[in-house]
Amino acid sequence: MKYLKTYDEKCIGCNQCMTACAMAFFKEDNPAKSAIQVVALPDGGFHLVVCDQKYRKCVDECPTQAISINRQGVVMINKKLCIGCFACVAVCPIDAMRRCDGLENPFKCVACGVCVKGCPTQAIEIVTEE
Amino acid sequence: MKNTKIHVDVDALKARHVLLKEFRYELRPVVRGYNMRTLYVNVSSNEIKEKAVSEEMKQKFTGGKGFGLKLLWDAISDTTRWNDPENEINIAMGPICGNTNYPGSGKSLVVSISPLTDIPIDSNVGGYFGPYLKFSGFDAIEIQGKAERDVIVYVDGNQGLVRIFEAPGEAVDSHILAEQMVELFAANELEKMHISTVSAGRGAEHALIGCLNFSFYDRRRKVSRLKQAGRGGIGTVLRDKKIKAVVVKYSGLSGKSNNPVDLDKLQQTGLKLHKEIIALDDQQCRMRQIGTAHLVEIMDEYDLLPTHNFKFGRHVKTPKINSHAFYDLITHGLPDGCWFGCTMACAKAADGFRLRTGPYKGQRVTVDGPEYETVGGCGSNIGVFDARAVMEINFYCDTYGLDTISFGTMTAFIMECWEKRVLNAERTGGLIMRWGNWKAALELMHQIARGEGFGLIAGLGTRKMKQYFVEHFGADPQLMQDIGCECKGLEYSQYVSKESLAQQGGYSMALKGPQHDEAWLIFMDMVNNQIPTFEDKAEALHYFPMFRTWFGLQGLCKLPWNDVEPADNAQTSEPAKVPEHVQNYVDIYNAITGGNLDKQALILQSERVYNFQKVLCMRLGRGRRIDDIPPFRMVGPVTTQEYKSREDRYDQQLREKVGVDPAGKSTKTKLKILRRYREEQYQHLLDAVYKRKGWTPEGVPTPEHLRKIGMDLPEVLAVVERHLR
Repeated sequence: MKYLKTYDEKCIGCNQCMTACAMAFFKEDNPAKSAIQVVALPDGGFHLVVCDQKYRKCVDECPTQAISINRQGVVMINKKLCIGCFACVAVCPIDAMRRCDGLENPFKCVACGVCVKGCPTQAIEIVTEE
Repeated sequence: MKNTKIHVDVDALKARHVLLKEFRYELRPVVRGYNMRTLYVNVSSNEIKEKAVSEEMKQKFTGGKGFGLKLLWDAISDTTRWNDPENEINIAMGPICGNTNYPGSGKSLVVSISPLTDIPIDSNVGGYFGPYLKFSGFDAIEIQGKAERDVIVYVDGNQGLVRIFEAPGEAVDSHILAEQMVELFAANELEKMHISTVSAGRGAEHALIGCLNFSFYDRRRKVSRLKQAGRGGIGTVLRDKKIKAVVVKYSGLSGKSNNPVDLDKLQQTGLKLHKEIIALDDQQCRMRQIGTAHLVEIMDEYDLLPTHNFKFGRHVKTPKINSHAFYDLITHGLPDGCWFGCTMACAKAADGFRLRTGPYKGQRVTVDGPEYETVGGCGSNIGVFDARAVMEINFYCDTYGLDTISFGTMTAFIMECWEKRVLNAERTGGLIMRWGNWKAALELMHQIARGEGFGLIAGLGTRKMKQYFVEHFGADPQLMQDIGCECKGLEYSQYVSKESLAQQGGYSMALKGPQHDEAWLIFMDMVNNQIPTFEDKAEALHYFPMFRTWFGLQGLCKLPWNDVEPADNAQTSEPAKVPEHVQNYVDIYNAITGGNLDKQALILQSERVYNFQKVLCMRLGRGRRIDDIPPFRMVGPVTTQEYKSREDRYDQQLREKVGVDPAGKSTKTKLKILRRYREEQYQHLLDAVYKRKGWTPEGVPTPEHLRKIGMDLPEVLAVVERHLR
């Protein structure tokens, strides 16, 4: 299973990962359109929210079977089948399935790793696990 | 366990098709929830055309049931009956219908003159047909006429094509027919999900309690599933018109199919409710686990579960048919919405269910349900405390196109007639109609499907059976009236209303007949005592029927309104209304249509259509005060046995409310006094409710009221004037 592994303790909240993600997929520097979210915590630290490809509740919940798992174990959304109900967003226990104003469909991390290069502190890395 | 495979020989079916008419129409996108046109199909003349929806029609009738009733009014005469060619089956959706964001948004509203009541019936049904027809370009389909031979009406929403063709080879029973339709019209596995079929079944050919099945293809189970427009015999009308199926095919559904004005608001509101359901349903109604069957044990606990023809409200064997019993039979973990995006997911089903009787005996099938009403009607009310038996009755009712609610209530009546020796084996042709004899209940149904024996008498429904038993078997007319649980000709749905005066009204004043979709006030009234005075009850019997009518104008399901509630709902000023959810509805209506609706204007939309429907009943010679009188079984104890089962409650009522000391009085005497009191109370309730609704004591909407709500159309006023004279 391939996924983006996060290390909250290393995160400095620079948001470079969000920029990289939103630019790669939506061609705009808009944190709301990033599949990884940097959440500032009251104690001054940060928590990284992103799909760990593990819970997969979205796969079971999708009424059109638009969400499936690819060969690398990554949860993928087939936009041709997605009818934009956002049930997957509601059912995700870690808020990693995203919805953003102006978009017809949900989106999520596909473990592409584009954000990893932008991270100055190695707070994220692509990992493959059996 | 896998289902028995249904083999479909597509080429053989196609070879026998005879095209009668083809009609092409221009494809246009839905704009803000409306197409502003409807589709007219006449299966006598094979005329097909589109009709424009005027701005006035939209303003006055909103959509859904409003459009269906308006089209029906214009199509019929004052003397039209259910089996006249001019009677219609109108399937209409509504502006909110078909959105994929807000749970419960896929309902179709079906309107027709009912064979049971001779007045318009309206039935709210899931499945994909309505939304697909809407995105094919129409706000409603209006079907008139009677075909000479069996036909199928087919709408292709991507090609802009409507066809009527003779279809002699297709099955009539819905579970087979729906499979045949997906095989016929889907080019590949994915397209099966884009097909929906409306059909009935063989039972609907021989009984007045026929229902319509609306299919939806379940990709995971790989089977066509069925939701029912159950009430009032519309399936009977479909087969009388010799229509086997009405089929729609539409590919291209998206979150924007309604072209809403404010997609963001629509998505946000839908997501808010999705999250609420996911977070709270497990602790509240468990709809995602077991659907409406969760109600069985609750109703039993509150003495409201109809048992032995509504005599009692609970039974020691209820655990054998409660939600846990059915939990063991259904398949779990699937997104069981009857329309996309419904996370309430209450459309449960058992798979690989092996049948023990009838023409499909030995086969394994998917059974949709059972829902609460089916368990009440075809379980406790007929004394069947066997979950598998209830499942089988459910399956055959569906595929034969019979309403489980009417079937349950009328079979309960038959069984009580057996108990009271009105019926015997000679009169039933050998069927032993004892409480709990599920095999006899199923054989009765198979007889209906075959058009044989006592099944033909039962198929007439409760009202006509009462008359038949009086005329042919010498039954006591008063007893028949008291225990035959129908009003206006429609069988009651499955709640005991004896101890809630408000619910007696909610049932018996419901325009179409005693279905609980207008009002369910038992907890407010009987349990929580929130509406103690006649005025309070009248206000509830105004507000809730109007609010709930709105679901039918929009193409919405009622369940996500109050079968899940916000965590803080109990702290609001009016928890029974679920204020936050009402605001959600206002928000999604405005987000789709660009309108400026508020909670008051929402009620006004309903009030117009509600009063229009009332006047349509009057135009057809009904809708009178006398039509709103319930059988006494739904008001209080008919027999000494029933009185004794709740003696303390009834004695207390005599002492405290009637001012009569029950001590030393015989049960018969007490029964008589209680009956007089309760019947008077009901009449007072009628007075109060009619007044609140803006009607005369005879139940006629006043011209002033019609003007006030903007339903003073000349044809409506003309009917009212006739009744006021």
